[in-house]
Amino acid sequence: MDEQRLRDLKLLRKVRDRMDREYAQPLNVEALARGVNMSAGHLSRQFKAAYGESPYSYLMTRRIERAMALLRRGDVSVTEVCFAVGCQSLGTFSTRFTELVGVPPSTYRNQATFETAGIPSCVAKQVTRPIRNREASDSEPQLA
Amino acid sequence: MDITINTSFLPHTDPEESLAFYRDALGFEVRKDVGYADMRWITIGPAGRPDMNIVLTPPAADPGVTDDERRTIAEMMAKGTYASIMLATADVDGLFEKVAASGADVMQEPTDQPWGARDCAFRDPAGNTVRIQQQS
Repeated sequence: MDEQRLRDLKLLRKVRDRMDREYAQPLNVEALARGVNMSAGHLSRQFKAAYGESPYSYLMTRRIERAMALLRRGDVSVTEVCFAVGCQSLGTFSTRFTELVGVPPSTYRNQATFETAGIPSCVAKQVTRPIRNREASDSEPQLA
Repeated sequence: MDITINTSFLPHTDPEESLAFYRDALGFEVRKDVGYADMRWITIGPAGRPDMNIVLTPPAADPGVTDDERRTIAEMMAKGTYASIMLATADVDGLFEKVAASGADVMQEPTDQPWGARDCAFRDPAGNTVRIQQQS
C-alpha cells in the first residue's frame, strides 16, 4: 500500500470536508490550499484527480445545493440566499445555479415543487444534489 | 415477522483511534474485542440497547478480496467516500457539542434540513461518515 498516497488523499478529504462545513464562509481555493500546505494549483489538480471535479467546482456545487434547499422554502429572496450560501456575486451565483440546475434561481424559487419530506436525509441529500458538469437538461430533478 | 437490524460493520484503520471516537467521544460501550494488533474486531453499541451493534472491522479482511480491491478500498476510505452510518439521538445539539469537543473532525454542524430533519455529521478516524439525526 502506498502510504504517501493515502496521506495525500486524507488531506484532500480534509479539504472537501472543510468545504462541506464552511461553504457559507468566503472560502477560496487559495485559503483551502494554505490549510493543508499545498499550492493552489497542486491542490486543484490533485483534488480533481481524486474527486472528478476541481475544488472550486465542488464548493460552488455545495453552495448551489444549499441554495436549492433554501429557495424551496419560498420565504427567502434569491439575493438573501446567494449571500447565505457564501457567494459574493449575485451574477456568478445565478450563472452557476442556472448551469447546474437548468433554470435560474428565481424560476426555481417560484416552482419550488420538489418534495423530499419523509426521505431519509442521506438519500435526500444525494437525490437533490445538483448535477455537475452542466448535465441538467430540464427543470425536473433527476432521481437516478 | 419482526426483524431488527442487529449488527452493522464499519471499517477501521487504527483500532485505538476508532475506539477513542466511538467509545470516548460518542459514549458507546465496548461489548467484544477480538483479534490482535490492527486485526481487531471490536463490537460497540449504545448502553442499554444490546440489540444494536456496530462491529469495527479491519478493512477488506476477507481473503477473497484482491490486492487491487484492497487498495481501492483503502483509497476510498482515505478519500472519505467508502462507508457511512446514520445515528439518531434525542439531543443532537448536545451530542454535537460533546463529540466536537473531543477534537473529532466536524463535517457539518447541526443544521435544519429542508426535508425536516435536524442533523450534524462527523468524520470518524477511519474516514467513515457518521451522520447524527435528531430523533423525531
